[in-house]
Amino acid sequence: MVRSLRRPKLAVWKFASCDGCQLSLLNCEEELLAIASQMEIAYFLEASRATGRGPYDISLVEGSISTPHDAERIKAVRRISRVLVTIGACATAGGIQALRNFSQVEEWRRLVYARPEYVQTLETSTPVAAHVPVDFELRGCPISKTQLVEVISAFLHGRRPAVPSHSVCMECKRRGTPCVMVARGTPCLGPITQAGCGAICPAYGRGCYGCYGPTETPNPTSLMSWWKGLGVEDGDLVRVLRTFNAGAEAFRAESERREAH
Amino acid sequence: MREQRLSVRRASAVKRTKTIKVNYLARVEGEGALDVRVRGGRVTEARLRIFEPPRFFEAFLRGRRFTEAPDITARICGICPVAYQMSAVAAMEDVCGVQVEEPVRLLRRLLYCGEWMESHALHIYLLHAPDFLGYESAIHLARDHPEVVQRGLRLKKAGNDLMALLGGREVHPITVRVGGFYHVPVRADLARVAEQLKWARDAALETVRWAGTLPFPDYEHDYEFVALRHPTEYPIIEGRLVSTRGLDIPVRDYDTHFVEEHIPHSNALHSRLRVRGAYLVGPLARYNLNFDRLPAAVQQAAREGGLGPVCRNPFQSIVVRSVEVLYACEEALRLIDLYQPPQRPFVEVRPRAGTGYGCTEAPRGILYHRYTIDGNGVITEAKIVPPTAQNQKAMEEDLRAFVAPRIDLDHATLAWQCEQAIRNYDPCISCATHFLTLRVDRE
Ligand code: SF4
Ligand code: SF4
Repeated sequence: MVRSLRRPKLAVWKFASCDGCQLSLLNCEEELLAIASQMEIAYFLEASRATGRGPYDISLVEGSISTPHDAERIKAVRRISRVLVTIGACATAGGIQALRNFSQVEEWRRLVYARPEYVQTLETSTPVAAHVPVDFELRGCPISKTQLVEVISAFLHGRRPAVPSHSVCMECKRRGTPCVMVARGTPCLGPITQAGCGAICPAYGRGCYGCYGPTETPNPTSLMSWWKGLGVEDGDLVRVLRTFNAGAEAFRAESERREAH
Repeated sequence: MREQRLSVRRASAVKRTKTIKVNYLARVEGEGALDVRVRGGRVTEARLRIFEPPRFFEAFLRGRRFTEAPDITARICGICPVAYQMSAVAAMEDVCGVQVEEPVRLLRRLLYCGEWMESHALHIYLLHAPDFLGYESAIHLARDHPEVVQRGLRLKKAGNDLMALLGGREVHPITVRVGGFYHVPVRADLARVAEQLKWARDAALETVRWAGTLPFPDYEHDYEFVALRHPTEYPIIEGRLVSTRGLDIPVRDYDTHFVEEHIPHSNALHSRLRVRGAYLVGPLARYNLNFDRLPAAVQQAAREGGLGPVCRNPFQSIVVRSVEVLYACEEALRLIDLYQPPQRPFVEVRPRAGTGYGCTEAPRGILYHRYTIDGNGVITEAKIVPPTAQNQKAMEEDLRAFVAPRIDLDHATLAWQCEQAIRNYDPCISCATHFLTLRVDRE
């Protein structure tokens, strides 16, 4: 087949985001030229004005769906992508901009924009998977570049990416960091947060604030009672669950339960 | 979308009328587009459209704790998160009446040097240089000149490694807090990066010399430059706001002199100086207002790159950026040399009701934050003005002037040159758009 003779085509798409996850690809300084020699980087506006035609073998999608136009655009991206991988908290959980899901966007629009009528936006900011089927979701705000390279190479070789789904706690243990909650009484989201960052926050003296989103089977209700025991106020329990992954199911549900009482 | 990126349309009815549209600007951070309209041989309109989705940071910061601002606002931009963190901590410490210890202040400057290196190297080598050399991207450029692209990537990595060491990671560092750092390095950690920085300093000098040889269009624009100015340092994390036309104010007076407008036809919020209008921030502005604050060796390098103390050709901003990378390397090495770990990595900051102001020099120019907090430390109002919003008006004026003598170029060439002119500014559209609108109106 002719297909196997050509280099697979990679495309990178951006929706509502900070560009940080795409930048993680450009931050693979050592691997970037190697990736470029293995694949055709066919569409990556942040890096190139050349745009190769689709369909694409792998599409990396950054950012959440937050405008009517983007809700349409993601469908077009899906149609021309063989494998679609979402990268980062924005694309997998709606991102920090999903805070609007707990509020009235209309009010915010008036607050931020002098001429709100010029601003087109949806009531919610949602993950890509809420709109189209997704083949793989890579977590993190931002994603880890080693995990990104793993995901790309896994799909190049037709296997599932080896990305762990256990908690940050496991990474602390592996790294030999004493538990910040037990040893110093520092509130930490590590037990309910997915690994991937290398547990940098506890290693650098602060509690995890959940930027990789919930693990596979988190128990936020239990962890939040521990936090309460450490003297954290109710309002802060809601706030801590509502950051970059506020739209992720486990964090959302617990924050709403906490807010209700 | 997609393949239809560049379309050039000729309106047949009016002779010498054309509309140049660049849909989806490439090699800028974020999403933007450009419309230039020419009527009867005259440029009647140059519009930079920005259609990034709004993310409403200023709205959802209300109700958050003052201590959360650095982590949250970092997410406005993945390319210059440290700038957001630093302007946020400056504003919060201002409102709470806190001064950090000198070693903490220097460490902040050091972290910021890493960001300047990383961001400028990205812009110089991956986004901007391909234009001058006629390539579609750095990846295309690397096929013919691998050594150039590799130097750029390694230089970028040196900045990233410095950020990762101090910040835990390069994108959205996790160590920065109001009052200082969660964690500070020991001297031995810094010695490790110092070796790499010495290499980077040489590479940066080579970059300045190399950038100076690029072919620059003969073009100058008479901007009002605005930057910070510090009594002794090249400005990074503090200073007064000054301009080439006599502005000289403390940061807290920003709002009396600058205003943002939501303009109906451009559909974008533009900043302007209340009395004079468009102004320019960024490397050119910093350089022109602070040349005398650069160490002699860096000034000398700038001359080798073909610059005098004043540079008004926006295309030469690539040389100025290279000079700033060199400065960041020199400064980082100096700070590492001086470094004594602080007694305490942070001071405890008690909230105090009031309004605080912070402004620092992001790689792309001044980034202004203003917060009002209550006595419990809850944010009641937030205002953030990123560099791209401030430059928009100047960019449009500049494009109009740039296109005028070039309208007879063939369409593809002209479109590319306009794109290139926009890339001079290194626009970071993701940052700008949490308060820029996205409507794309075309007749
Ligand atoms: S997930 Fe975080 S780093 Fe990635 S694009 Fe969204 S805000 Fe940026
Ligand atoms: S907040 Fe948690 S997941 Fe994010 S970097 Fe810190 S430890 Fe890792």
